[in-house]
Amino acid sequence: MNKEIVIKTNKLTKKFGNFIAANELTFEVYKGEIFGFLGANGAGKTTAMKMLIGISKPSFGDAKIAGFDVYKQTEQIKRNIGYMSQKFSLYEDLTVKENVRLFGGIYGLSDKEIESKSEELINKLGMQQEADKLVASLPLGWKQKLSFSIAIFHSPKIVFLDEPTGGVDPVTRRQFWDMIYEAAHNGITVFVTTHYMDEAEYCDRVSIMVDGVIKALDSPKNLKSENNAKSMDEVFLILARGAKRGE
Amino acid sequence: MRTLKFLLRKEFLQIFRNKLILRMIFIMPVLQLIILPFAANYEMKNILLSIVDRDHSEYSRKLINKFTSSGYFKLTNLSSSYADALNVIEEDKADLIIDIPQNFEKDLLRDSQSKIMISANAINGQTAGLAVSYSNTIIREFNNEIRTEWIQQPRLNSQPVIEITSSNWFNPRMNYKYFIVPGVLALLVTLVGFILTSLNIVKEKETGTIEQLNVSPIKKYQFILGKLIPFWILGMVVLIIGFAVSFVIYGIFPQGSFLIGFSFAGIYLIAILGFGLLTSTFAETQQQAMFIAYFFMMIFVLLGGLFAPIENMPDWAKYLTYINPVSYLIEVMRMIVLKGSGFADLAKHFGIITMFAVVLNVLAILNYKKTT
Repeated sequence: MNKEIVIKTNKLTKKFGNFIAANELTFEVYKGEIFGFLGANGAGKTTAMKMLIGISKPSFGDAKIAGFDVYKQTEQIKRNIGYMSQKFSLYEDLTVKENVRLFGGIYGLSDKEIESKSEELINKLGMQQEADKLVASLPLGWKQKLSFSIAIFHSPKIVFLDEPTGGVDPVTRRQFWDMIYEAAHNGITVFVTTHYMDEAEYCDRVSIMVDGVIKALDSPKNLKSENNAKSMDEVFLILARGAKRGE
Repeated sequence: MRTLKFLLRKEFLQIFRNKLILRMIFIMPVLQLIILPFAANYEMKNILLSIVDRDHSEYSRKLINKFTSSGYFKLTNLSSSYADALNVIEEDKADLIIDIPQNFEKDLLRDSQSKIMISANAINGQTAGLAVSYSNTIIREFNNEIRTEWIQQPRLNSQPVIEITSSNWFNPRMNYKYFIVPGVLALLVTLVGFILTSLNIVKEKETGTIEQLNVSPIKKYQFILGKLIPFWILGMVVLIIGFAVSFVIYGIFPQGSFLIGFSFAGIYLIAILGFGLLTSTFAETQQQAMFIAYFFMMIFVLLGGLFAPIENMPDWAKYLTYINPVSYLIEVMRMIVLKGSGFADLAKHFGIITMFAVVLNVLAILNYKKTT
C-alpha cells in the first residue's frame, strides 16, 4: 500500500467547558485508503471530524490535513477536501443539475468542466430523467448518492463522510459502498463514520472511539483476531462495553 | 468573483422558485398601501354631539347650526340638563357636550361676553383633543360673525381684531394620506430587507446547507454579498412598486428627486440588511429569528414616527428614535415626497444612515463565523 500520509493528528482535543468531547486523538490516515471512524452515539466522532474539516477549532493538539494545518490553513484544507454531513444538505429547492453546477462553481471548476463532469455524474447515477427535477422530490437513497457524488465532484484529496448511509435501504447501501470503492480506487482518501458494523468490514482500517478516546485502531482483520471475535460487531461490543456516554 | 456569480444565481433561483414569497413581495406593497393609509385616519368626522340648550334664543340656535353644518359633528342628542347629557356620554352615545347657559344671548348683548361649557369624553384622548379643538374653531368663527354684525353699530366696536388664518405648507389640504404613504413605503422596504434576509440565512442553518458552504472554500465576504445583493435588489423592487402604487392610487408624486430618494433607500437597505444578517447570527432556528425580528419591527414602527409624531414623544423616547434607522428613512421619505428636499437638506441624514450601514455590517461580519 502507498504509505503517503494525508491526515496526521497529534493529541487533537476538543473541550466544551469541562466536557472533553474528543480527547488526545492521535492517528494517521494514508492516501487512497478507506478509513472507518467508528464509535457509539456521543463518542465524539462528529466533533473530531468537524475539527479535521476546519469548521471547529481544536482546543489543543495538532493536525495536518492534506499537508495543511488545522489552525492556520483551514481555507487550503477546505479546497482539498469534500464533505458529506449526517444531515442531507444539498439545496432541496434546486434541481439536481443546479446543485451540481453550484458546488462545482464554488470549488472553482470551469464552466466547461462543470458541463462535462455533471453529464458524466448524472449518467453514472442513472438520473437522466431526474436531472431537471427538484432534489426535494428524490427518494432518500438517491439523495445520498447524489450528495456523495457532489462531495467528490471537485476531485478532492480526501472526502469526509459523516454517517452517509443512515436510514438507507441495504441495496442502496451496497451501491453506495461501490461508489466509495471507486473513489478510493481513483486515489481519493475516504474518511467515513458509520454505525453499521458490516460497513466497518469494508474499510481498510478502522478506529474505534469510546468516550472521546480512540480505543483501537487497526485493520478489521487484525482487530478481530486480537479480540478473538468473529465479526466487527463483536469487536465493537467488546471495546464499547465500558462506554459511559451515549444516548 | 466567479464564486459570487454562482451564489447569486443560486439565490435568485431559490427566490423565484418560492412562489409564496414572490407573490407576497408584489401583493404586500399594493395591499398595505391601499389599506393602511385609509385605516390610519387622523381626521375626525361624525363626532357625536350632545347639546344642552337652556337659552333657546336666536344666538344659541345659530351656534348649534354652525356645529351641525360644519361636517365634523353629528347631533345625536338634545338634553334639557347637563346631568342628562352626561348620561348620554356614559352610554357612549355622545363624544362631546355643549352646554349653552340660560341668558346666553342676553349676556352676550349686554356684557359683550358669555360662557359656554364644552365637555369631551376623554377615554380616547386624541379624539377628545380633536373634538375640542374643532369646537374652538367653530365658536371662534361664530364669535367673528356676531362681531361683524356689531360692526354696523360702531360704538360697540372697541377692540381691534387680529385674525389668524393658516396655510399648510407642503401638504396644503392637510391630507393625512400624504403623510402616511411615504412612511408605509419605508416600512415595506424594512420588512423585505430585515425579515426576509434574516429568515433566509437562518433557514440555511436549519437545513444544514450552511455547513456544506462552510466546509467549502467560499470566503466570508462572498457568502455575505451573495445574500445581501439579492435582497437589496428585492427591496429596491418593492420600493419601485410602492412608488408606482402610491402614484396610481393617491396621485402622490415625489416633489424631490427620485435619484436622491433611491440613493438614500439604497444605503438604508444596506444598513437594514446588515441588521438582518446580524440577527441571523444570533438565531439558530427560523422561529427564533422571527421572534427577534418581530420584536424589533414593533419598536421600529412605534418609535419610527409613522403614526405618532416623534416631536410629541418624551425626551427619552426621542433619544431612542435617534438609534432607530427606520425613523430616518420615514423622515427622509416624507421630506422628499412632500417637501421636495434636496441633497443639501438631507446631508445629515445621509451621513447618519451611512454610519448605520457601516456599523451594522461590521458587527454582522464579525459575528458571522465559518468556524465554531
